[in-house]
Amino acid sequence: MFPRPIERAGTGGRALYQVALPVSLIIWLLPLIGIAITSIRPASDLANGNYFGVPSQIALSNYLDVFRQSPMAQYLFNSLRITVPAVIGAVALSCLTGFALATYRFRTNLLVFFIFVAGNFVPFQILMVPVRDLTLKLGLYDTVTGLVLFHVAFQTGFCTLFMRNFIKALPFELLESARVEGVSEFRIFWHIVLPLMRPAIAALSVLVFTFVWNDYFWALVLTQGAGAQPVTAGLYTLNGQWVASWQLVSAGAIVAALPPVAMFFLMQRHFIAGLTLGATKG
Amino acid sequence: MRFSVKTMMLGAAAAALMTTSALAGTITINTDTSDPGPKGAFKYAIDAFQKANPDVKVKWNVFDHEGFKSAIRNFLTADAPDVVTWYSGNRMLPFVDAHLFADISDLWSENDLDSQLKSAKSAVSANGKQWAIPYSYYPWAIYYRKDIFEKQGIEPPKTWDDLLADCKKLSDAGITPFAIGTKALWPAAGWFDYLDLRTNGYAFHMKLTQGEVPYTDERVKKVFENWAQLVKPGYFTKNAAALDWQDAVPLFVQGKAAMYLMGNFAVDVMKNAGLDESKVGFVSFPTINKDVPRAEDAPTEMVAMAANASNKEDARKFMAFIAKPETQAKMNDILGQLPVNSQSKIADDPLLQQGAKMLSSASNLSQFYDRDAPAQMAKAGMEGFQQFMAQPDQIDQILQRLESVRKRVYSN
Amino acid sequence: MSTAAASASATAANLEQRRMPFWKRNQRRLAPALFLAPGALMFLVYVILPIFESIWISFYQWDGLSEMTWIGLSNYTELLGDPAFYTSLWNNVLWLVLYLLAIPAGLMIAIFLNQNVIGIRVYKSLFFFPFVISQVVVGLIFSWFYAPNIGLFPQITDALGLGKIAVLADARFVTYGIIAAGLWPQIAYCMILYLTGLNNVSPEQVEAGRLDNAKGWRMLWYVILPQLRPATFIAMVVTVIGALRSFDLVSIMTDGGPYGTSRVLSFYMYEQALSEYGYRMGYGAAIAVVLFLIMMLFITGFIWRMVITEREG
Repeated sequence: MFPRPIERAGTGGRALYQVALPVSLIIWLLPLIGIAITSIRPASDLANGNYFGVPSQIALSNYLDVFRQSPMAQYLFNSLRITVPAVIGAVALSCLTGFALATYRFRTNLLVFFIFVAGNFVPFQILMVPVRDLTLKLGLYDTVTGLVLFHVAFQTGFCTLFMRNFIKALPFELLESARVEGVSEFRIFWHIVLPLMRPAIAALSVLVFTFVWNDYFWALVLTQGAGAQPVTAGLYTLNGQWVASWQLVSAGAIVAALPPVAMFFLMQRHFIAGLTLGATKG
Repeated sequence: MRFSVKTMMLGAAAAALMTTSALAGTITINTDTSDPGPKGAFKYAIDAFQKANPDVKVKWNVFDHEGFKSAIRNFLTADAPDVVTWYSGNRMLPFVDAHLFADISDLWSENDLDSQLKSAKSAVSANGKQWAIPYSYYPWAIYYRKDIFEKQGIEPPKTWDDLLADCKKLSDAGITPFAIGTKALWPAAGWFDYLDLRTNGYAFHMKLTQGEVPYTDERVKKVFENWAQLVKPGYFTKNAAALDWQDAVPLFVQGKAAMYLMGNFAVDVMKNAGLDESKVGFVSFPTINKDVPRAEDAPTEMVAMAANASNKEDARKFMAFIAKPETQAKMNDILGQLPVNSQSKIADDPLLQQGAKMLSSASNLSQFYDRDAPAQMAKAGMEGFQQFMAQPDQIDQILQRLESVRKRVYSN
Repeated sequence: MSTAAASASATAANLEQRRMPFWKRNQRRLAPALFLAPGALMFLVYVILPIFESIWISFYQWDGLSEMTWIGLSNYTELLGDPAFYTSLWNNVLWLVLYLLAIPAGLMIAIFLNQNVIGIRVYKSLFFFPFVISQVVVGLIFSWFYAPNIGLFPQITDALGLGKIAVLADARFVTYGIIAAGLWPQIAYCMILYLTGLNNVSPEQVEAGRLDNAKGWRMLWYVILPQLRPATFIAMVVTVIGALRSFDLVSIMTDGGPYGTSRVLSFYMYEQALSEYGYRMGYGAAIAVVLFLIMMLFITGFIWRMVITEREG
């Protein structure tokens, strides 16, 4: 194990470590702690210049105001309506593509695979004008569906990379023996491979959920009003309206951050497994 | 798996159907009136319109003021509403040129608007036709704290020298003379407009915004020399580039700053921030060059009809309704602004009455730098103004840059 | 597989063979295409084709409303004389270089946290979770942190005797300020990659190193880092891509200001093509093509390495 386990250090070293941990964490999260405290500060504190002291009272009403004075609930609902179908779509499509690229030998296999991988890295801006145009022409501009379709397509790149590598690591003999027995390709996929992919599906779902939920650029390009805008773009709009009302901006920011944070803490194992795939081998 | 794709496609088709089908007898109005005042004014207008035309249904979408500026392009092309709010002057041209706004010249002549809305006719005209109904305008001026001026023993400035003397006195007393926040760029353009209008006059200002004068012209440099007399001694809010104009209002309210060059809409924000209205006075921007007649910035608010509107007949009814003297009087009462219709009554508010007098006695009214100049020039220009306020010594370089932008923008 | 199930499916296969001999014969050849089709089609329409379309649009003058006009390379020659383009390009270089600091910083924190004391798992999660937060929220958090007069950062610099520094209003500091905000989640990401990597470092080699008297830095450099190479590679990929994609923070924190000094190519492109004063789709597309070419340099490098490992493995 590296570094040397702290248990083997002296009493002084161990005590030092136990102190250093919380101190460094507080420094690390300082801006976040600041925002959290600001979000429960009454507006009067800010007006009177009490920016950093103890709040004169805990104003949870800021959170209520966020929901009362803005379409925050609608934004959150839109985010959900965008994220859930996008996750299902991207994971479903990449199960198929990943399976195809991992289990069949054909001439263009590696080429197709690397096109998926490379496409996944391109700057969004090179897609912006044509994708916006396409969405306009389909009549899907400023709709949840328009955003979902794009996210499904784009995330399929990353998901394919992930799924293909995952399936590649599965025991291949199982598949071969099924083929020898004449089981149809689709049945092999459905009854043999898919059940083994459960952990990958879980990990990818959590990961793609976070990616799509946190998307801001495409929300800006493909939607415009509270009818379809997700919470990221909504927050930008609200930031423009709540100038100088930091208590509301802070509360709104925290509300918007909660769903992916909750997702992370609930599904931590899957999340990190997804994120670090390939960090140990390759 | 393929099932989910199919469902999505079905969903897509359904969504497409829903956005394109419009009900007969319904008009859709998209406005950028996210602030309480403008929102209230439109709520009044729409309610009153519905009462007068019970057979027409109005669908009203309120957009965030800033977001609207990019949204309008999309909905005008993709999914056009019937009526939209927009800016007059040069900012209207792209939509006129792209055939996205409808020509409503006949609506003007049918309703005697040529005389009633005369004062703003040029602001909504292009290619000799009228493209919108102006319903409101508002003055820009220097708002000042009466109580602070009294305490410091100074008078509201009439001339440039007065202004410099007042600033000196305030600054020595530890008060920032002018509040400003330039993050959104345009607040700095208000300063440029007035300094140019007072230094070189309206005709020159129009030539400049129409691209007929180089930015490296001596007369333009003179404007910045005057401006520098306020920037260099630090008479403006510090770090203005990181502040929105609303961020600077508390400084004015708390008495840390004594003056604010702003549009009339700022008064509402000052009141909401707890400032007693009796403490606010306003004065027209002081004279710099005696030989130049006094012109003022007075941006006009308007509504236009989309060329692709699905219910033009009822949309025209609504436009004509907005043009009426009674509608404009009531809307501007709520807005705290001035009606364009010459037959409308102006609200009793003393600040507003004074503003109306100031504008009616002005030699000319300009729209605003970012409405008089084409969009790309406006953007580059306002960035230059913002930079000048932070780095006044860079002026030559800034003007060089603006000049190269001018050459490119106006050549197309 | 049980024999019963096998024979059942064999019977099913027989039935199929009689009904659709073509499908039976060609199933294995056609299956990959069928499995690939839906995903590949979507990817083609939304990702691959738009790249070429953008390149095409970059040769036109187009405001998104009226007709497109072919102007050849004019957009590119204009770029060469555009100071805002160079500002953006330079800021992109800054982003790229400084963003790479996330890798050593993440490694340091990972080493710091790679212990087995009580509650360490909670610490690891809390250190990591800035990465989970959307960049919009990170941008707002740091906007507050840097806010003149009311933010925490000017208080800190004031206490240190530097005066109240308004990072986002000051052309000298603004890009660094935004990069610092971007590093926060990026360091967390690199940290988690390295924590996973450290978990898999072979204990035998570490012990062997200890017997050879390797300690501290020497141990890290000669024994640990070589084993962390896969993690470093991924950290490198995500950091470079992240640096070149930096759009959200610039848009949220400064809108490119003050006076355009914090623009990066991705933001400048958006500004030219879609913002209030923009709508120069052709010019925007040209900027996007430049950004794309820069990205391609890195992508090619990454893919090259992946192809090599693919061939070896």
